[in-house]
Amino acid sequence: MSYFAGIKELPPDPLFGLKARFVADPRSDKVDLGIGAYRDNSGKPWILPAVRLAEAQLVKSPTYNHEYLSISGFEPFLNTASKVILGENSKALKEKRVVSQQSLSGTGALHVAGVFLKEFYTGEKTIYLSKPTWANHQQIFNTIGFKVDSYPYWNNDTKSLDLNGFLSTIKSAPSGSIFLLHACAHNPTGLDPTQEQWKQILKELDAKKHLVLFDSAYQGFASGDLDKDAFSIRYAIDENVLSTPVIICQSFAKNCGMYGERVGAIHVIPSPEANEPLNRAVKSQLNKIIRSEISNPPAYGSKIVSTILNDRALRQQWEADLVTMSSRIIKMRHKLQDLLVELGTPGTWDHIVNQTGMFSFTGLTPEMVARLEKTHGVYLVSSGRASVAGLNDGNVEKVAKAFDEVVRFYSKPKL
Amino acid sequence: MYRTYVVKHAQKSARVPVRAFSSLNNQLKAWSEIPLAPPDKILGISEAYVADANTNKINLGVGAYRDNTGKPIIFPSVKKAEQVLLELEKEKEYTGITGSKKFQNAVKNFVFNNSNKDPNGKQLIDSGRIVTAQTISGTGSLRVIGDFLNRFYTNKKILVPKPTWANHVAVFKDAGLTPEFYAYYETSKNDLDFENLKKSLTSQDDGSIVLLHACCHNPTGMDLTVEQWDEVLQIIQDKGFFPLIDMAYQGFASGNPYKDINLIRRINELVAQDKIKSYALCQSFAKNMGLYGERTGSISIITESADASKAIESQLKKLIRPIYSSPPIHGSKIVEIIFDEQYNLLESWLSDLDKVVGRLNTVRSKLYENLDKTNYNWDHLLKQRGMFVYTGLSSEQVIELREKYSVYATEDGRFSISGINDNNVKYLADAINAVVNK
Repeated sequence: MSYFAGIKELPPDPLFGLKARFVADPRSDKVDLGIGAYRDNSGKPWILPAVRLAEAQLVKSPTYNHEYLSISGFEPFLNTASKVILGENSKALKEKRVVSQQSLSGTGALHVAGVFLKEFYTGEKTIYLSKPTWANHQQIFNTIGFKVDSYPYWNNDTKSLDLNGFLSTIKSAPSGSIFLLHACAHNPTGLDPTQEQWKQILKELDAKKHLVLFDSAYQGFASGDLDKDAFSIRYAIDENVLSTPVIICQSFAKNCGMYGERVGAIHVIPSPEANEPLNRAVKSQLNKIIRSEISNPPAYGSKIVSTILNDRALRQQWEADLVTMSSRIIKMRHKLQDLLVELGTPGTWDHIVNQTGMFSFTGLTPEMVARLEKTHGVYLVSSGRASVAGLNDGNVEKVAKAFDEVVRFYSKPKL
Repeated sequence: MYRTYVVKHAQKSARVPVRAFSSLNNQLKAWSEIPLAPPDKILGISEAYVADANTNKINLGVGAYRDNTGKPIIFPSVKKAEQVLLELEKEKEYTGITGSKKFQNAVKNFVFNNSNKDPNGKQLIDSGRIVTAQTISGTGSLRVIGDFLNRFYTNKKILVPKPTWANHVAVFKDAGLTPEFYAYYETSKNDLDFENLKKSLTSQDDGSIVLLHACCHNPTGMDLTVEQWDEVLQIIQDKGFFPLIDMAYQGFASGNPYKDINLIRRINELVAQDKIKSYALCQSFAKNMGLYGERTGSISIITESADASKAIESQLKKLIRPIYSSPPIHGSKIVEIIFDEQYNLLESWLSDLDKVVGRLNTVRSKLYENLDKTNYNWDHLLKQRGMFVYTGLSSEQVIELREKYSVYATEDGRFSISGINDNNVKYLADAINAVVNK
């Protein structure tokens, strides 16, 4: 008898496959625009100075240890992380309407949100994701047993938001469906609604009593300003726009450069008014989910983030680090656009600078992307999503020329 | 208002739908029906302990090591590894979905090759028959293998010893498996109940999954002898059980992690002889490196072939990716440094661990010495191994200890002995004597 006879080998994760091809490529001037992690101007991974300082401080501290955290996580972390996303003066926090649970970064938060909703949400078990969205979103909710649908988001012709399509799906979806919104720096398009558009979107969501799940993976990374990047969430909650429960999935992977430390949280706002017994019930159920999956969340990353957030000087350093990262990326967007305009590359390239966050949805076709990799050693995922963090002063010209070449190669003359 | 009402009542019974009170939409009504989940027992004890003003109070609830002054420690070797990390760490990028190759290889070499003491394990590694994935410590590895078996193994029944770690049942149930107990311990005799253990295993369905504690059985501290393991392994072969080994306390039985894996070596031998085809091992560094909160552990699946390994590894990745993407790196980097020869930390870790276990054994004997043996036989204490003593005290006696003497332990009579030290052992023994002799 064979134990697991039916098991098939699956193809590798596309991003993982891309990375493997990149590593194997012998060309010395190859460029990696695949990975969603920040690189400095010399193309190297970067540990934020605020993180370095916090680590040195933490490890030396006489109270430092490796004890288990509680099932909910590290309280000093949760208390300040919720303020980062909801605001120092958040009314919801003051009214004690927020239930927070530490998670294994963004994925862990989304997964716990999904498991929780699966068990306790009796509205429509259909979740609407933006089209396109982060590849893992679909799997996270499919695995838990949700029906996954999508709302129009990116208009490829205009390379801008398909607001009408978005709004009409909100209206036509069965009342009480779940809508996942990217709080800022939409992945993969880098295109966010304007503040006026957000107001319209949230108003329509409430009109249909949809449940809103915010995915906040890039706060502070988009504009360099934590408050500005939290606009959609704070507007929805502070202005009581949503009369339904709200769930926020928060990650410190990108904005603290703590990718592998898995630091994040899920914040649930169960009702628009204070309701202590309901909050306790929600918290106890989140605990129960965590207990049987991981017992308790990992300590180190949450202690580092908490050290930064609870120390004035470190907090300032972190906010400066956010500006360092976001401004370098913005600079690279402009440089790439300028170079493409200079080269007279067919098409318009304004979207590269209008987009925000780690990525640019370039509009390059899969065949152009394939040629970029083969002919030029420039690696990006087939959707045409480029990680702008992979650009630097040393490679941006090469990348612009490569873009120019592949676009011209596939632009058929109309003769 | 109506929601407060509903939730209050939900605490007592299960979900209480109170339609009459719902004036809003369906969705809010749904949320008002969320019941309060019962609190975790061990956590509840810690909280009550903290709130107790008695200066003689003793916490015997938590399964984490305390030194002779009652304080948590960081292993000196771990401290050094952390210093190395602080100086050399260049990035905090994502590790792989199943962890880094370096971590996986360190675990394989440590556990299966037994650092060149297990030729059968080495053969399994070399022939690509072991898939190792970093997980969220022991619980995470149990959950991942539970989910995996639920997806790919035909039999959903998992046999667990009675008693077992409280979370085992919850983890496997939530993974979709059906836990069922097999006999393990005879409370009236404070001893292993080996005859019934064999009987209850033999009476189970062929092909069931069977959970085995590799050493330092939690909560009883009572392990099988080499000969007894051989008998159990024979039943496993006869019944075609899938063995799932949980090894949370490697090193805590003998003080030496290489000596505590007799079961693994024996089962590798049977795999080499093709008598057992496949098994899985959940392993954690929470206790033996004191990395509790860093959540560092692994799942290994011993497969039938290198090809099967590839398929299984790809499915593990598919399973983990939507749950948490990749495991946390701090603890695993510490483990990598400790096992990396260039930093010369392996010997100091082994000696740190030996000291920890040595203190637990000293405390165990001291408690035994101080206990009144005239009306109660305490010999089982000396047979038990690991972080706990399974006293055999009734829940009434445990509650009396708590209420009268501020001694906090779980009601099954399991005492975490690292909470005992030179300053409180006499007080504790006196309290137990008073309760037992009442």
